[in-house]
Amino acid sequence: MTQTTTATAPEPSRAWTTVARIAAALAIPIGGFFVLGWLLDFLKDDDANRLVIAVVAIGAGVVGVFALFWAMDTIVDWLPARVRESFRPYVFVGPALAILAVFMVYPVVNTIVISFRDARGDEFVGLDNYEFVFTNTSMLRSIRNTFGWIVIVPLCGVTIGLLFAALADRLRRGEALAKSLIFLPMAISFVGASVTFRLIYDYRPEGFGTNIGLLNAIWMGLGNDPVAWLSQQPWNNLLLMAIMVWMQTGFAMVVLSAAIKSIPDEIIEAARIDGASEMQVFRRIIVPSIVPTIVVVTTYMVINAMKVFDIVFVMGNPESNGTEVIAERMIRWFFISNHDGRGAAIAVVLFVAIIPVMVWNVRKFREQEAMR
Amino acid sequence: MSTIPVPPPDRTPGTTDTPPARKRPGKTGGTVGVTQGGWFVRIAVAVTVLIWLIPAAGVLVTSFRGADDVRTTGWWSALWDPFGTDWTFENYRTALDSGGFANAFLNSLAVTVPATIMPIAVAAFAAYAFSWMEFRGRHLMFVLVVGLMVVPLQMALIPILRLFVGGAEIGGVRLFPDLDLNGSFLGIWLAHTAFGLPLATYLLRNYIGSLPSSIIESARIDGADNFTIFWRLIVPLSVPALAAFGIFQFLWVWNDLLVAYVFLGGTADTRVVTIALANLVGARGQNWQLLTSAAFITMVLPLVVFFSLQRYFVRGLTAGSVKG
Repeated sequence: MTQTTTATAPEPSRAWTTVARIAAALAIPIGGFFVLGWLLDFLKDDDANRLVIAVVAIGAGVVGVFALFWAMDTIVDWLPARVRESFRPYVFVGPALAILAVFMVYPVVNTIVISFRDARGDEFVGLDNYEFVFTNTSMLRSIRNTFGWIVIVPLCGVTIGLLFAALADRLRRGEALAKSLIFLPMAISFVGASVTFRLIYDYRPEGFGTNIGLLNAIWMGLGNDPVAWLSQQPWNNLLLMAIMVWMQTGFAMVVLSAAIKSIPDEIIEAARIDGASEMQVFRRIIVPSIVPTIVVVTTYMVINAMKVFDIVFVMGNPESNGTEVIAERMIRWFFISNHDGRGAAIAVVLFVAIIPVMVWNVRKFREQEAMR
Repeated sequence: MSTIPVPPPDRTPGTTDTPPARKRPGKTGGTVGVTQGGWFVRIAVAVTVLIWLIPAAGVLVTSFRGADDVRTTGWWSALWDPFGTDWTFENYRTALDSGGFANAFLNSLAVTVPATIMPIAVAAFAAYAFSWMEFRGRHLMFVLVVGLMVVPLQMALIPILRLFVGGAEIGGVRLFPDLDLNGSFLGIWLAHTAFGLPLATYLLRNYIGSLPSSIIESARIDGADNFTIFWRLIVPLSVPALAAFGIFQFLWVWNDLLVAYVFLGGTADTRVVTIALANLVGARGQNWQLLTSAAFITMVLPLVVFFSLQRYFVRGLTAGSVKG
């Protein structure tokens, strides 16, 4: 951990090197991006074979990054020996900082600015956009719905995941297979999962063909008339949440299962010898020992539920079905209704809502680290 | 995005290649009457697995049925009567050709592979510098990078799009050139790289920083420069961490709809599989044989990646973190 070369730079030239260092840290990666952009320009409008384009794109994207780092390192090698090593760290961290500055830091500041402006982002309108966010009926419904998402999805996902992990832990055979199958939906996109569940919720009115949706088949099997499930307010929200529970329970289950397995055997055996029932072992020993993990899994799922967009977007007609959520509203206002100011204001509200969850998460994590 | 503190990182439950990490004494062990794997447990697990598989099974079965069958009967009836069903590959041919999914698949590959490798490479270089090089502002920079994990990507979309379309100017000074990156692969690679960087840097710094310093010291004494140490020593030693993050990023980018929708748009020549599928839902929402086969096309690659590299994936989940 001792890299002493930085200290060898002579004193008088220090101010100069600092300025030059910062300049180089910015100039080298930005110059590199220009070269990359110029090289890849043709990929954009070329109507050539898609396969060729895909291969060239992959090659250029992958090789380009390594070429960039190599080139920067080589340029630094040409510098005078006494400053060379003080430049070197910026070759390594420069690109990461530059990308984050352009694509994360600047956008956050910019979004906040736009959120105080009008539809085209030109005129300053004060708090109008925020007033819209907290007064518009559809927006208020999206806030209510998002609140439902962040309570119900983590609650169901963690509960089912925990029970399943505890049960699967006691299987003699097939534990790995059972867990893999529950975990499988994690690999699927939200869009793919939405299509999967549209098939389940499918509805045809009387006289317009057979109801091929599984839910209606069961419902009619019980002697009822078919139901247009996705327009039953407010229950349709629960049906959409079920999609996310289906996808994310596997995540909760795998993480909680690892935590359960790390509980020392002796504790559980001792409780059993003392005559505790399996239910007591679960409630009094297993659950309390893995509370920190439960907390972290829950926060992860809360944040994900807060940002849910794809499911609502793909399932269709959020406004007439009353299934709006915050992230979906943002895309709606920015891209479909072309009102930049409102879109940005919704994004800021989302950002502000996520901060406390993250802070809480980081604090919990710190406590964990300190205890270890 | 959150960090999952689970102590032993090398226990990999949920994988098919590792036996359960801990065996409780069975009945022959005879310590206590542990009701391991009683009927209740087995049935409960089996029922849950079955419920979890039904949605996916519906998609798979429907995608292989003829159009008339799909219109008139539920997919489960094909399971009761497998020989009376009109099984066909026609739906896949239609989806790939006239549905444009062959193109979309290639576009998805062209987006996903670089958008997975780029953040890993950039983050690994940065993580090496943050762990093993001395420079001023090191800790502050690292905290800033990790702190950006809080930013939801929704927040970054609008300004980046404006940057891509018109560049940025302040007082007549061009801060960012008008590269016209919107709708280009480079644009979406850079966006995905930026969104993945904070988590990648954090994960890789934790891993690379925990490598034994004696190895790096001795390489330095032997005269290796930083680039060589990184390339010949750090990268090979960090393969597990690189793979874990790589799988996250791959699944995330491949399955992403939002970023692709914003930066590539829905036109036939640049759209990726998730967008093609979302469009198909909007345009032909009742054409189930086409929808399900298209949905399955979008799932094939992530499922293959997931099952072949599941060991790393679970290890990354339980030892490190996940993206949010």
